[in-house]
Amino acid sequence: MTQKNKRIYLDYAATTPIDPRVFKKTLVFLREKFGNTMSLHSFGQEAKEALEESRKIVADFMGAKVNEVIFTSSATESNNLALKGVAFANKERGNHLIISPIEHSCVMESAKWLESQGFKITKLKVDKYGLVSPQEVEKAINRKTILVSVMHANNEIGTIEPIEEIGKIIKRKSEVLNLKSKVYFHTDAAQTFGKIPIDVNKMNIDLMTVSSHKMYGPKGAAALFIREGVKITPLLHGGGQEMGLRSSTVNIFPIIGFAEAVKICQKEMKNEAERLKKLRDKLIKGILEKIPGAHLNGHPKKRLPNNTNFWFESVEGESIVIQLDLLGVASSTGSACSSTKLEPSHVLLALGLKPQEAHGSLRLSLGRWTTEKEIDYVLKVLPRIIKKLRKISPFKRIWKE
Amino acid sequence: MEGIGFYTKKVIEHFKNPHNMGRIKNPDGVGKVGNAVCGDVMWLYIKVGKNKKGREIIKDVKFETYGCVAAIATSSVITDLVKGKPIEEALKFNRQENVKELGGLPPVKIHCSVLAADALYEAIYDYLKKQKREIPENLEKAHQRIEKEKKEIEERHKEWTELEEEIRKK
Repeated sequence: MTQKNKRIYLDYAATTPIDPRVFKKTLVFLREKFGNTMSLHSFGQEAKEALEESRKIVADFMGAKVNEVIFTSSATESNNLALKGVAFANKERGNHLIISPIEHSCVMESAKWLESQGFKITKLKVDKYGLVSPQEVEKAINRKTILVSVMHANNEIGTIEPIEEIGKIIKRKSEVLNLKSKVYFHTDAAQTFGKIPIDVNKMNIDLMTVSSHKMYGPKGAAALFIREGVKITPLLHGGGQEMGLRSSTVNIFPIIGFAEAVKICQKEMKNEAERLKKLRDKLIKGILEKIPGAHLNGHPKKRLPNNTNFWFESVEGESIVIQLDLLGVASSTGSACSSTKLEPSHVLLALGLKPQEAHGSLRLSLGRWTTEKEIDYVLKVLPRIIKKLRKISPFKRIWKE
Repeated sequence: MEGIGFYTKKVIEHFKNPHNMGRIKNPDGVGKVGNAVCGDVMWLYIKVGKNKKGREIIKDVKFETYGCVAAIATSSVITDLVKGKPIEEALKFNRQENVKELGGLPPVKIHCSVLAADALYEAIYDYLKKQKREIPENLEKAHQRIEKEKKEIEERHKEWTELEEEIRKK
């Protein structure tokens, strides 16, 4: 199993491979239909046409109008634009933004930077499953509030937030406070778009971030839904592409792929979610049963169909990830040693986990090509790995007894 | 086998099959360093004997480590490097040897090699103390520094370290 060709990929939340159907569709835009969408000649116009077609596909899938979707290069860019663009365009109205404590670092860091620019940031609390309470959102809103940003589902623990309730409450509170302009609601849906249904109108969403490479499209394309009438200022100034909100030559190749990936999700999402849920629950049940001292992170039910996240007593996450990699399984951890940072994941700490617990976390995220055989293999090797690492650890199994 | 991520082949080898792993029953000295809150804990056990020339040597050494790949690999390497060495020589050990033996460590993981060296110093300190012997000046200094760092971390993470203290006592 350690041969490269037999590797098992269980890190779909990090990124996904391009679906072969998407790949096929995009190729022509690398060599033949390579035009600049701003050019007047036929090369430019066919690219422009394909761009607008793609915009319609993405907009339709979220219930938006065509002129409410702009393409960007990444979810990070979309989130930066949503927060900074709204903050600066609405300075006169207020200086207060509300975010959840488990947002992706691009939202956390944008908020932190806005704080340095004189804006006030309220970080909400979450419960032990990572759920934001709509009532807390309501309480946090004041007359100076311009934006609330709560992600649709968390990338680490997979918890799905009560977006519809939050959207409703923001709308109601804006009316109660009799604000001239509604408090805007932004959600980062990078992990949910293409996986669970989203309707920006039903959910009262004003801005929404979605990303191509999390749903079997190429990297380098993402989008931001901006409801008609929302005041926002661009971060990139130049040729005025994307309705003046995102100047840059349009990167047509990944955008075409993104739209094609959306089309596939539209058709297959429902069945795929059912299939993945079964595999997910088998994996969760198996790990909790077979490994003593294993704990599930995130909500047991309100969770992404493809996400599992655990913490294991007395072992450290990076060690688990590398042991799994040696046996051909790709996974990830939110522990300190996972990256260049030495602090454990802010998401796990926000759930109330102690650092020594958060250090032992493991995320296995499933996807379109995950098979039951692969899950069985993980259930076979992971208990051995944890046992081996506990043998090395001085703590053995004395935590949390 | 190739290296993985930012680790060399040698690091992964030690991580996969650590040498001298486990506990020594009735050790002559134990060094316990690190903190679970920070993600790395090393316990190093030594058994002291004499060589043919009558010099005191580290006859046996074993380790138990909770932590990342680098923490486990540096623990394994240090036991290899000091096993059979006279105590005075072991005291001259510095972390660079450890890093060199592993073919390098990423900068963010250098603290693991510091921790491994500290565990060794503490084990020897513990041994000399138990024997009521004089502590060399450098070792005393190292011990003071390690104690100070331990206190600082405990202050910073008071509520979390209490649990670990209970575990230490067991």
